[in-house]
Formats: sequence, structure tokens, C-alpha cells
Amino acid sequence: MLPDELRGFPVASSVDNWDPSVIVGGRFDRGELTLWVAPHKIVELCRFLKDQERFTRLSGVTAVDWFPADPRFEVVYHLHSLEANRRLRLKCRLGADPAEIDSVSGVWRSANWYEREVFDLFGVVFRGHPNLRRILLPDNWEGHPLRKDYPVHGYKYSYQDSGGG
Amino acid sequence: MMGAQTSAAPRRMTLNMGPQHPSTHGVLRLMVELDGETIMKADCEIGYLHTGIEKQCEQKTYQQAVTLTDRVDYLCPLSNNLCYCLAVERLLGLDLPPRAQWMRVMLSELTRLNSHLVWLGSHALDVGAMTVFLYCFREREDLLRIFEMFSGQRMMTSYFRIGGLALEPPRGWQAAVRKFIQAFPGHLDEYEDLLTHNPIWIRRTEGVGRASLEDMLDLGVTGPMLRAAGLAWDIRKAEPYSSYDKFDFEVPTRTAGDIYARYQVRLEEMRQSARIVNQALEGMPSGPYTADAPKVVLPDREKMKTQMEALIYHFKIVTEGFRVPAGEVYQVIESPRGEMGYYVVSDGSAKPYRVHIHGPSFGNVQALPIMVEGQIIADVVATLGSMDFVLGDVDR
Repeated sequence: MLPDELRGFPVASSVDNWDPSVIVGGRFDRGELTLWVAPHKIVELCRFLKDQERFTRLSGVTAVDWFPADPRFEVVYHLHSLEANRRLRLKCRLGADPAEIDSVSGVWRSANWYEREVFDLFGVVFRGHPNLRRILLPDNWEGHPLRKDYPVHGYKYSYQDSGGG
Repeated sequence: MMGAQTSAAPRRMTLNMGPQHPSTHGVLRLMVELDGETIMKADCEIGYLHTGIEKQCEQKTYQQAVTLTDRVDYLCPLSNNLCYCLAVERLLGLDLPPRAQWMRVMLSELTRLNSHLVWLGSHALDVGAMTVFLYCFREREDLLRIFEMFSGQRMMTSYFRIGGLALEPPRGWQAAVRKFIQAFPGHLDEYEDLLTHNPIWIRRTEGVGRASLEDMLDLGVTGPMLRAAGLAWDIRKAEPYSSYDKFDFEVPTRTAGDIYARYQVRLEEMRQSARIVNQALEGMPSGPYTADAPKVVLPDREKMKTQMEALIYHFKIVTEGFRVPAGEVYQVIESPRGEMGYYVVSDGSAKPYRVHIHGPSFGNVQALPIMVEGQIIADVVATLGSMDFVLGDVDR
């Protein structure tokens, strides 16, 4: 549901008019508009925003791991409209098992690599992605480093076991 | 080109370029499927320079993480410093004094010159014009000396800190910058003499490496490549930061969208950057170079030794850093390569909860296949050069 203080934002209210169930929360903070949206509607919503609201660019896709909270992951989309010179952040909350969401690479082709990066570093699976492989790490890498329960020195090395030095 | 192997189709050949190959400007691996000399399909593989900078940022205090941002795009470290600092300053709600903002603008533009000089030199070298490389690196050396004068470092400057600048601008900086910037337009003319009407350069670059504006936007390309295809979008104008709105400059565009147009756009950008630096020199405001925020900015050395309060702040900042109010910010700036974005999430502690670095090169490299498919193999190197990516920025 769209919070009342966000009704003044044309983008927020037009999304709300398009489908009242899609927005689960929102915030305007430090000059940036954030909408939390229902994960299962992400592709339709993005297509609507691109076609109707002219968000022609996807500036990036990333994620935040709120471990040990549940739902654990937030997938973050930064949208940009060149015509209106306006930016919008969409967020989807995802549980850990399984962390899955539909791919928006059919809406913006740039999402292809952005989503691969999130898959690689967070282990979030993007359904319908044309080429969901690791992108930054080697294919045989174990684990997803940007998860909060992944130690900064990796799983395989322990400074305790190395005998000091 | 490390090796070649024949594929199942009779005349098709798959050629592997990189990751260790000078003309890929770092460790980019490119796999091209050739029919004769024509590229039928191109695919690139990245990640060879991944150093986990985003993960490392989470282990540092906010101020410490500045030094990591230098290492992202090592040809424009100051742009990275700036973008990260602006993001954290917005989280903190800090206002910077005009002198700090203008200094940041001036040094960012000098960094843009530095980055464009490396681009022009290495790009021209790839296409066979060796002299340009030597000329560009001559001027770049002067720039690195200026950076060293300000920060003590040639490349990994970390000169912009959260809350202002790391050090007071050095004595005599005006003379050093003025000397450089007065001579610079003449040097640009020299490069143009070597290239702009050079028939070999024109034949290697005109009509090569094109992609439509729609395709590039859809694939995440930003920066000079879009402007070379006719889109007058520059974040310094569209979403001004660090008082860029007080400077008078133009956003050069071309419509051809080929390598030659990118060359023209970047050269014109260098002239505009020189204009901005000149304006900063003439109008540099006086006053403090850091924000009035004793809990964030380290106190003056003299104060620290004589005032109890300053000593306490110093101790607190050095031992545990400063707490940043919970929230999130996506700060974008116009780096020499395009839209650079830092997404910083704070949970209210003294270390960033998450730092996502959206490097412009990442989106730019993604569009490489559509620029080279259908062209001949010799054009790949020219196209790579014209894209001006930095693998540190792609892989982070």
C-alpha cells in the first residue's frame, strides 16, 4: 500500500493506480524515492515503468543482505528517466530459501550483466535469465562473497589454522 | 591473441583474445567467432581483476574506505573519491564550504584530463600512431606531479575525504595548475594536428564501431559514447553536484556515433574541462577546506595538541570512526567514462553496511558485442580503444 506522504509523487501514484497491490511500502529520504514492491510483479511493473513512465534506463541492479533478518535479501533496482531527469529505486524483499525473483533482462537488456553480478555475489537466482552464470568469480567458486555470513577471508582459509605469521 | 581453434562449421573460426593481451587494455577476455575476417559473434568474459572491493568496504570505517575507492577506477581515482564522499556526506547531511567544493571540481576536471590523455594515447597507439602516446604521457606526467603536490601521491590520491579535503591545498598550487592549464590547449592542438586530418586515423575510425543510441541506452552505456551518438546528457549538467552548476561549460555532442565521433567528443570535453579549471582558478573561494563537523573531520594538528576537546574528537575518530545515520543513498556523478554511481547503505554504525559501486565501464563493456559484430577483426582493437574502459572499474 502506498504511504500517504508519497501521494504527491506522480510516479508513485501512477504505479498505485496501475495496480494498487504492487506497492508494499515506500519512503522519500534524502531526495530519493524508494518503493518496496511485490517481487512476483517485478517484470510487469518494470515494463509499465519503462513504457508508460519513460524510465528508459536501468542504472543498476544490486542487492543488500540483511542476515539474519527474514526476509533476508533486498534486491535493489535503480531506474532512471532521461526525459524527466528523474530517478527511482525499487526494492523487493526476498527470503533465503529460495532467493528467487523473475529476471528483468527482457525489459532492459542491461539487466543481463547486473543480474549475473547479483547472482554471483549474493546467490539470488533470476528466473528466466538468458545466461545466469557467474560473472566476476570463477565458475567453480564456492559460496557468494557479499552475503553477510561469508567471512571476508573466504571459507577455505583460516588465519587461526595457518600457524600465525 | 593466444590461440585459435577451428569450430565445427567449416569456415568458422573461434579466436580468443586476452585476457593477457595489451590491446584489451587490462584483463578482458574476448571470444570472437570469425567467418574469414568478419566477426559473426563476439562474447566477452570479465572478472579477472575482481578484488572484492565492495566486500572490503564493509570491513572498514567510512573514512578508511576512501582509500579503496581509489583502486576501483585507477585512471580517475579522484572521481571515485568524490562519488563515495558525496554519498556519505549526503547520508550525514554535511554541507561543504565553497572552497572544498570548488577544489573538488577543479581536481575532478584535472582527473578527467588525466584519464582522457591515457585513453587518447593508448587508443592511438593501438591504431598505430605512436607519437600521440608519447605526447599524451608527457602531459599526463605534469598532471600526476600536480596530484602529487596536492596529496603526496601520484595515482592513489585519496585526496577527497568525507567532510572535505585531506590536506590544505599546498603552497604554490595556483602557479602549478595555471602553468599546466595555460599550455594545455596548445597541446590539444598538437594532438589534433597529428590525428584529426590524418587519413590513416580517419580510415581506421570513421564509420567503425557504431551502435544505435537505443541499443546503447538499453545495454547500459553511458558517457562520451552516448554523446558521440547525439544524446546531450551529462550528469554534471543534469544533476549537478559539488557546485558544478556555478561553472560555465558546454556538453559536446556528435551524431555519427562512430569511433571518430567519440574521439571528437572526448577532445572537445578536454577543452571544456580546461575551461572549468580556468574558472576554478580565477574564482577559487577562500575559507576553510573542510566542513565544520568536529565529529567527522579530523581536527587541525595545532588544535589537537592544545585543546582537550579537539584531542577527544581526534581520538574518537581515529579509534572508532564516526557513526552515520541509518539510510541509503545512490549518488551519481559524471566520471570520464560515464555514469558512476555509489550506492551506500548505512545501518547506523561506523562502518558501511553495504557499498555498491556502479562503474560506468561495466555497462559500457556489456555493449561491446553489438559494436563489433559484423565488422572485421582488425576493427576490434580500434573499437575497444574507443570505448575507454578500465578493467578495475568493470571487475571491482
